[in-house]
Amino acid sequence: MSTTVAPDDKREVRKANKVAASDRSKAENNLGMKLVAPAIFLMLLVTAFPMLRALYLSLFDYSLTSPEEREFLGLANYWTALTDPLFWETTLNTVFIMVVTVAFELVIGFAFAMVMHRVIFARGIIRTSILIPYGIITVVSGFAWQFAFSNNNGFVNAWLPFVEDGFNWFGQYGSAMAAIMVSEIWKTTPFMSLLLLAGLAQVSEDMLEAAKVDGATWWQRLWKVILPNMRSAIMVAVLFRALDAYRIFDNIYVMTAGAQGTESISFLTYRQVIEQFQLGIGSALSVLLFISVLIIAFLIVKIFRVDLASARQEG
Amino acid sequence: MAALALASSLLAACGGDGGKASLNWYVNPDGVDTFRTYAEECSTDQYDIAVQQLPASATDQRTQLARRLAAEDSSTDLMNLDPVFVAEFANAGWLEEVPEELASKITDGDDYLEGAADTVVWDETVYAIPLWANTQVLWYRKSLAEAAGLDMGNPVTWDQVIEAAAAEGGTVGVQANRYEAYVVWINALMQGAGGAIVTDTEAGREANVELDSEAGQQAAAIIQKLADSEAAQTDLTVSNEGTSLGQMFPEEGPGEFMVNWTFVYANYKGLVGSPGGPADEQEFEDLGWARYPQTVEGETSRPPIGGIDIGVGAFSENADWAMEAAQCITSTEAQVDLAINDGLMPSTNSAYDEVAASGEFPEDLLELYRTSVDEGGPRPKSPFYSQISSAVQSVWHSPTSVDPDSTPEESAEFLTDVLAGRRLL
Repeated sequence: MSTTVAPDDKREVRKANKVAASDRSKAENNLGMKLVAPAIFLMLLVTAFPMLRALYLSLFDYSLTSPEEREFLGLANYWTALTDPLFWETTLNTVFIMVVTVAFELVIGFAFAMVMHRVIFARGIIRTSILIPYGIITVVSGFAWQFAFSNNNGFVNAWLPFVEDGFNWFGQYGSAMAAIMVSEIWKTTPFMSLLLLAGLAQVSEDMLEAAKVDGATWWQRLWKVILPNMRSAIMVAVLFRALDAYRIFDNIYVMTAGAQGTESISFLTYRQVIEQFQLGIGSALSVLLFISVLIIAFLIVKIFRVDLASARQEG
Repeated sequence: MAALALASSLLAACGGDGGKASLNWYVNPDGVDTFRTYAEECSTDQYDIAVQQLPASATDQRTQLARRLAAEDSSTDLMNLDPVFVAEFANAGWLEEVPEELASKITDGDDYLEGAADTVVWDETVYAIPLWANTQVLWYRKSLAEAAGLDMGNPVTWDQVIEAAAAEGGTVGVQANRYEAYVVWINALMQGAGGAIVTDTEAGREANVELDSEAGQQAAAIIQKLADSEAAQTDLTVSNEGTSLGQMFPEEGPGEFMVNWTFVYANYKGLVGSPGGPADEQEFEDLGWARYPQTVEGETSRPPIGGIDIGVGAFSENADWAMEAAQCITSTEAQVDLAINDGLMPSTNSAYDEVAASGEFPEDLLELYRTSVDEGGPRPKSPFYSQISSAVQSVWHSPTSVDPDSTPEESAEFLTDVLAGRRLL
């Protein structure tokens, strides 16, 4: 008697197993769905409702202080926003801040991550001191840097030999933006380095060792081994920080209140809704902001060509 | 029986202190101790008044109150309102109307200063009760004015002040950061030239924008002159009420001319011998005050009006009691105490007389305050005031970019578009 199973039978067995597994996973899926249903419902309630409400309000000319003049406009608010130079000016500002700060943070953050990864002595203290700025509330760091750059009582003018003592950093666009970006970079570089540190930890020591044995220089190991193996970690770091930077608000609010043309798109939206009580156009701006965040996320994922599913080690 | 006894004791408890209504009074942070005293004194057997503190800046105060009122919060019973918010809040339906009898007492001109009474009226209805009335005057160093040969006994113009300060190495302190106080300055300059930023404000979005006028050009010319002058302070573009204070008694230099609110006198008095203040009493004596400078020589200046009005929330569950409490906390005694304790000047003549009798302030200074409030110029009263203010700020800031030939015209076009909903702010 042979114990060999005929090919047809093999298929049957596989099919039976598959069906059994499928039933089981179906049941698990069902249970899973039931367990997460309340959370999904709650999430929809707290996230989808405001979004849909914003979408609805964006179709009106609606000022909170003049409720009687409320009027349905259709998509006119979007047209007003998209044809207004201020919208593009603030969007450009925001993109500029995003690109510059993320670029600086990536480089400095990577250096910090390397230090944190390789440091042998006083590891705890070094890691903690690098991470401290991130623990400070953005508004507080904004105030701290505003005082630092102040031409009355700040120390920046005194420390920089090429800057006059009375130089007013917040008096013109370029220097005001520089001050805002310095504050932003100082505050969030540790976050970037934390994400990159996680990526660095995943780079196999064996591979580095092998490269070393093959005679690769430090520079070659960095470019050929470390960075390619950190691609998903870098992508996540850049994505998170880029989206975060695109929402920049606190530093601008504290340091210039949008003066000298330093407004960001979030600040513009805030001004319409909270300061001006213009719920219609403000909601339209918040919808546009939401869409632009989606576009940026899409672009970054595309640029890095990272398959998020494989990054999570699925399928 | 036991259950009955328990129930009746619970009911008794409800009828006692536990059942007493609580009125929330939202106050700005100036003079909070005096507010607390009056909250206690004005509480009755029916209700207690609880003081709730608002943020420091007027814009933040407005935002916080508006968020509550927009949500029809029934626990917002009484609120301290910056005068420019009264029209906005009233038009939104957030303020209870002041009863007829009290309203006519405020507007009949017998006791309330005209400038203060004017701030609480919207659409011919009174929506709040003036508590204190603030105004700006010209503060200066007597020695600086004397050295420049400026006769401060007579009205002075902005041109004279700027030239005098520049000639003697002094400065001129103004509020020119991109914020509300910059509009206060622009508004006062325009009104001093007989104009206004907007007129017919009750038409809402259809109000007449008057920025592109001779008055607008004269206002812009003064700002340009100061920005180009050596008398401009180094932080002119970000200056506020606080930053210019330190230039009056600097370690070196002759000091300044400064337009600022009434708190300045008490501020320097308290700083004698301290950094930023006069070195001694003698130097404090060098502090002078005069009426707000004229925009145009010979045309009376219109000093800015500020202060606080008390409003009753439209959604308050105890509106009648709140109105009664509002009268109590705006009484003559309360106003006198606020003036003496906190330097917040009254809104009625009777309270001014009592403050004068107390001898706490120089008589001529009190008289200057009183006439400044009475003859002062309010900012535009409109449900769209916030938009008007921000639109003006966005074109007129930075002061170094103001040009009489283009700024008024550009800002008029921009404000018209903003009011019509064609432009973003």
